[in-house]
Amino acid sequence: MTEMSYLDGNMLDGPLRELLAVDLSAATGRCASCGMVGPMAGLRVYAHAPGLVGRCPACAEVMLRLVRAPDRAWLDLRGATYLQVPMPPTVPPSPR
Amino acid sequence: MSPGFQGRRRTTDPALPPGQYLTEDFPVLSAGPTPRVPLDRWEFVLTTETGDEVRWSWAELMELPQETPTVDIHCVTRWSKFGTSWQGVSLDVLLDGVDTAADYAQAHSYGGYTTNLPLDDLRDGQAWVVHGYDGEPLPAEHGGPARLLVPHLYFWKSAKWVRGLRLTVEDEPGFWETAGYHDYGDPWREQRYQGD
Repeated sequence: MTEMSYLDGNMLDGPLRELLAVDLSAATGRCASCGMVGPMAGLRVYAHAPGLVGRCPACAEVMLRLVRAPDRAWLDLRGATYLQVPMPPTVPPSPR
Repeated sequence: MSPGFQGRRRTTDPALPPGQYLTEDFPVLSAGPTPRVPLDRWEFVLTTETGDEVRWSWAELMELPQETPTVDIHCVTRWSKFGTSWQGVSLDVLLDGVDTAADYAQAHSYGGYTTNLPLDDLRDGQAWVVHGYDGEPLPAEHGGPARLLVPHLYFWKSAKWVRGLRLTVEDEPGFWETAGYHDYGDPWREQRYQGD
């Protein structure tokens, strides 16, 4: 049989959009294990599992777990020290 | 076979836990890349709550009494498979003579996976470390060289690529149990998620 394959982190957009208002696949994350900083869309996502498991492309440690029950969801980001999310620019105060 | 007949069987088969469907193939589920463990470097380590260790090499595991359980298995993703045939060593053999007051065990695997179980669920002919499936060596994608087999609980408790057991006084939830899945996982009580 073939090696278990993973999906591109872009596939997280739909499942995460359901849970969070921001598009996390456009976010940048820092791996808690090796410190690599990169786009969440670059995660390797193992989806043939009881949940979605996003692994760091550099060290293969788990950065994200997303479990979906019929009426609840769990997002476990303990493997990511931060997420940097693009935000709309704040409007500067108008000059007096 | 008509869809009506399948539907009737699905709901009335007394061997099928609630919410499960029967499958004939053997789906491969994995939360990460498949570890490749050479047999000459494989080992199984049992660690007690006081830090005492018992280790078995592959050759030593093969010299222990072997059993050939045929069991039904139930995955939390809702498939069940009847009459799966395995070869391996009963946990009763591995735990025999181990001095412990622990109530829990956390299985840990090559590749980093963990899962927790009450120690009583590993005793009395309920659990094995298996290395054969259907008369052949257990394939890596199904957890070879060796995996845990605890068929009375959802199959995520039957850790693939098992490397050892840590016996603990306190319950220590594992990979899926810390991310929303049920701590115990009894398929007959449909304990899929926390609070079920």
